[in-house]
Amino acid sequence: MKVAEFASKLNMRILTGETGLDREIRGVYTCDLLSWVISHARKDDAWITVHTNLNIVAVALLAEISCIIIPEDISVEEATLKRACQEGIPILSTGMNAFEICCRAGELLKSTGSNLAL
Amino acid sequence: MGDNVIKLDYVIPGDDFSVAGEASSNVKKVLNQLGIPPFIVKKATISMYEAEINSVIHAGGGNAHVEIDNEKIVVEITDQGPGIPDIELAMQEGYSTAPDEIRELGFGAGMGLPNIKRYSDELEINTEVGKGTTVRITIRLKA
Ligand SMILES: Nc1ncnc2c1ncn2[C@@H]1O[C@H](COP(=O)(O)OP(=O)(O)OP(=O)(O)O)[C@@H](O)[C@H]1O
Ligand SMILES: [Mg+2]
Repeated sequence: MKVAEFASKLNMRILTGETGLDREIRGVYTCDLLSWVISHARKDDAWITVHTNLNIVAVALLAEISCIIIPEDISVEEATLKRACQEGIPILSTGMNAFEICCRAGELLKSTGSNLAL
Repeated sequence: MGDNVIKLDYVIPGDDFSVAGEASSNVKKVLNQLGIPPFIVKKATISMYEAEINSVIHAGGGNAHVEIDNEKIVVEITDQGPGIPDIELAMQEGYSTAPDEIRELGFGAGMGLPNIKRYSDELEINTEVGKGTTVRITIRLKA
């Protein structure tokens, strides 16, 4: 499922304009230890993290993540959004916590057959 | 291409987290432009990023020297930081001496060196306490 459709179905705000909205989401990953994410997230996962500093963009690129989801309405630094736009990584924001996001995203991806693991 | 060698050099500033990772992201662009297969680019950039970040968070920054030839990519990250007293311990998953303010940024899982080990074809660490550390990473382009 494309990031654009995912965000709209789950009522998430897109903080990075048109950037990367046609990237494909195939799963969801959540972890806040950057080096752990680099070697454990799967390509095309949407990544939930509470971190909002610049380094999340670098990690997303290295792990080939499709988008970053910031939970619980945490505000994101302007510099991070700017870097994400430059690098083509969409950042989504929502009031939901990580558990709620996983449940809703799980149902959604399952219903469309996007996530073969479910 | 013959025996062409591409050499790239970067200064890694130690006091600015906003540019941490810039050298490896630049190298990634060069490797992509050279048409190197994506999975090799991934191996090289993950390894280099981890070494680059280590030089920033543990050693006050350093230098990166990269050489690309027909056979391999060699990345050398050198710093004049505190050195690593016990390499075997440092290589263990989960071992980290990162201070709290660094952990708050998401670093300090103790996974950086294990990631380099996993993604590189050769890893050589030369370190001396009080002098500094050189991490040399080789990624082969051919099987
Ligand atoms: N360049 C360096 N200079 C001094 N010490 C280092 C250097 N690189 C690594 N170390 C030591 O080795 C430990 C393990 O490094 P490693 O990269 O595996 O984990 P980390 O950097 O602490 O956390 P992570 O990489 O998961 O964010 C570090 O905590 C530090 O004590
Ligand atoms: Mg590290």
